[in-house]
Amino acid sequence: MNAQSKNWLEIGRLEDIPVRGARKVKLGSVTIAVFRSANDKVFALEDSCPHNAGPLSEGIVHDDCVTCPLHNWVISLSSGEAQGADQGAVSRYPVEVVDGVIRLCTSPLASYAGEADG
Amino acid sequence: MTQVNNRQKLVIIGNGMAPGRMLEHLLEMDSNAFDITIFNSEPRVNYNRLMLSPVLSGEKSYEEIITHDDAWYAEHGICLHKGEKITRIDRETKQVISESGRIAAYDKLVIATGSSPFILPIEGADLNGVVTYRDLDDVETMLTAAQSGGHAVIIGGGLLGLEAAAGLKQQGMEVTVLHLMPTLMERQLDEAAGYLLAQAFERLGVNVLTKASTKRIIAENGCVNALELEDGRVLETTMVIMAVGIRPSAALAKDAGCEVNRGIIVNDAMQTSVADIYALGECAEHNGMCYGLVAPLYDMAKELAKTLLGEAGNYQGSVTATKLKVTGIDLYSAGDFAQGSDREEIVLRDASAGVYKRLVLKDNRIIGAVLYGETSDGPWFFDMLKKQTDISEMRETVIFGQAYQGGAQVDPMSAVAALADDAEICGCNGISKQTICSAIKDKGLTSLDEVRAHTKASASCGSCTGLVEQLLAYQLGDSYNPQAVTPVCPCTDLGHDEVRRLIIAKGLRTIPQVMQELEWKSSCGCAKCRPALNYYLVCAWPGDYADDYQSRFINERVHANIQKDGTYSVVPRMWGGMTSSNQLRAIADVVDKFNIPSVKVTGGQRIDMLGIAKDDLPAVWEDLGKAGFVSGHAYAKGLRTVKTCVGTDWCRFGTQNSTGFGIRLEKFMWGSWTPAKLKLAVSGCPRNCAEATCKDIGVICVDSGYEIHFGGAAGLEIRGTEVLCTVPSEDEALEYIVALTQMYREQARYLERIYKWAHRIGFDEIRDRLMNDATARKAYFERFVQSQKVAQVDPWEERVSGHDAHEFTPLATISSEAAE
Repeated sequence: MNAQSKNWLEIGRLEDIPVRGARKVKLGSVTIAVFRSANDKVFALEDSCPHNAGPLSEGIVHDDCVTCPLHNWVISLSSGEAQGADQGAVSRYPVEVVDGVIRLCTSPLASYAGEADG
Repeated sequence: MTQVNNRQKLVIIGNGMAPGRMLEHLLEMDSNAFDITIFNSEPRVNYNRLMLSPVLSGEKSYEEIITHDDAWYAEHGICLHKGEKITRIDRETKQVISESGRIAAYDKLVIATGSSPFILPIEGADLNGVVTYRDLDDVETMLTAAQSGGHAVIIGGGLLGLEAAAGLKQQGMEVTVLHLMPTLMERQLDEAAGYLLAQAFERLGVNVLTKASTKRIIAENGCVNALELEDGRVLETTMVIMAVGIRPSAALAKDAGCEVNRGIIVNDAMQTSVADIYALGECAEHNGMCYGLVAPLYDMAKELAKTLLGEAGNYQGSVTATKLKVTGIDLYSAGDFAQGSDREEIVLRDASAGVYKRLVLKDNRIIGAVLYGETSDGPWFFDMLKKQTDISEMRETVIFGQAYQGGAQVDPMSAVAALADDAEICGCNGISKQTICSAIKDKGLTSLDEVRAHTKASASCGSCTGLVEQLLAYQLGDSYNPQAVTPVCPCTDLGHDEVRRLIIAKGLRTIPQVMQELEWKSSCGCAKCRPALNYYLVCAWPGDYADDYQSRFINERVHANIQKDGTYSVVPRMWGGMTSSNQLRAIADVVDKFNIPSVKVTGGQRIDMLGIAKDDLPAVWEDLGKAGFVSGHAYAKGLRTVKTCVGTDWCRFGTQNSTGFGIRLEKFMWGSWTPAKLKLAVSGCPRNCAEATCKDIGVICVDSGYEIHFGGAAGLEIRGTEVLCTVPSEDEALEYIVALTQMYREQARYLERIYKWAHRIGFDEIRDRLMNDATARKAYFERFVQSQKVAQVDPWEERVSGHDAHEFTPLATISSEAAE
């Protein structure tokens, strides 16, 4: 087994996540939110809003964004960045769907270019 | 008046949309010129035939599609003979004679006999159960048949056939459409677009059979039982609808000696070949053309009115555009699609978006346009088609629509400013930009409703509403206050009230349908509009609408209140604020068992357990459920609590059983969704210990009965309530409170508390409606009761028994080692 395949884990099937919804994956002490958009695209972000660490997995999913349930920050599912006037970003995890099975990579992507600090 | 005797006698045969419109023009120009008599073979007043499909699908009622009611005829002194068919015209004596022998003399005669559906000459075509789709009788026949379900076969996959198919499907029938050609609407659509359309119908649950030629209709006991195709297939069916075309009804005119070809031949002034006889509408033939759509009939109506008043009308034929009126399927077609060596085509396809656009060009001018899936540019293409605009300059981009023609027109305001004066804004009613602009200017109109009332623009199908609003803004400049309508969110330009109105008017039943039909600008809405739409649909179609949980805020999705750390708080319902040792013990046990960190008494007389992990929620509810608790809906845009004092049970000042009434109210109203949270209180005497006068709805019990208050607030704003009324009995108090709640449910904007709603529409207006109109009040009450039948399900119990289990468990739990 090479290093790369070791990092990828099967976490469930696409239909386990409601359309325009999310499920949590607990990865040790980290919680990852795995989203399914209206057109069945799947995204994985750390389940923690860059604003006040709200659980993004509980937000309303629209287009390729999620609105945090605590204070309505809108986070892009593809870039992890806050939209509009808000600034901040959340870690993204590579995720893919093969034959209906969702596979998640357990190491986060490198920080998004232009990530705001603080 | 002596004048009356001098007036000319105008007799009209037929009372469809064309003569109806002609009369409007005539009366507007000179209301005193004629004594008017109408003979209508249908036993009805004039109604909007375009709207038969919405009647068939149940989205509208007959009353809603009436154009002129009995009062209108009376007011204009018009004698309307309903259900009387004219059988003969005597051109020598200038008289018409009806089936029942009634004779009417005319100075001028208008024939508007319309057309009749073409019946295929096949075996069984005369059976009971073979119907056409032409008038309200046909619709009623179909609706009656649909009540017993069964299978309907529609012969003909044109506009009418497809609308009938969608309508009958919506009425719960199994529906099959038979079409002779390989693809639907082959005159307008090419193969691929016809296929898209067939697919869309299959998705609606309608079977579509193309290349299907009907051989015969098979009877059993004189009724339709099955239909056999030429290829031998047999379809079982209880109803066959023939929608294969229409032919002008010209026989009466022919017998009278009028020159007739396909239809009754008329000149530009709408005169037939016989003096003082005119023809109009689908029965008329002008320049070799017979029309079956409404816009040309309206054009003719206008010219004929002029002719009748002595100013020769000048009808020049019409180019026609049409829209398929099937909710959820957008199809627009205009002009001519015949192939020819001198014709070119521009086609745009976006298969995944289900969009197809086709323009047919001749000499760089558009002569035909078909839009499928995305039809907003239809009127723009149609305008260029009618004006024969040379499009060579924008040939490369024309197919992408108006927005791509130079930067300036992306701004809707400049686009509307750039439209020519005679550009048609409202296709249904043939209203031009100029007509609307002059009406706005001359009559000082300032709102959409006023424009609708004065010009009829956007009053039929409503699809041009946006354009009309832009014209208002364009004409009035700063004095038009678009702030008056704040859009729901950036996904739309429509305000909450308009969205609610259109949901009902267009019979929209799902969020995607609302977004499609009301032209949402985002693909699936946002966190602002989706919960609002979900509520509006819950309220509009109780029992019918499947609540979209993904469009609810997390609290309403998991039936608990999310806290700052992502844990939840849980508040069980304690009816009227009463509890017992058993309940308190159960709560104490739950707190211990789940290590719940905080327990708090709320302002609404309930107990709140805070800091519960989401995964524990179902188990917490299960234990609470065993003690008889249901959800307290402390998280809901819905009925929260009814706070009470101890009333006559204990209090030496109590005048009525305020606790008992509070519990009764809460048991009656719990579970209902409302625009915003709803808090009630009942106090047993004017000392008002339950603080009823700062609640959404409050009751102060007095010796003589129940003083009902509403519109209080004690949060962001502090407001005392106003009194709605005082009623002597508890039953009446319940009726008024429930009716008030339902009125609020139906009228308020999402997240608008009662006090804001009441200030917006006026406390007096609400009192007037509830106090002075017992019928309206009882209707509100009944609608609330109706919606409660499906609302009072304990969401906690549902979830304890496994509903939405995915909400409460992680998709996967991976140990840190596996992740290494």
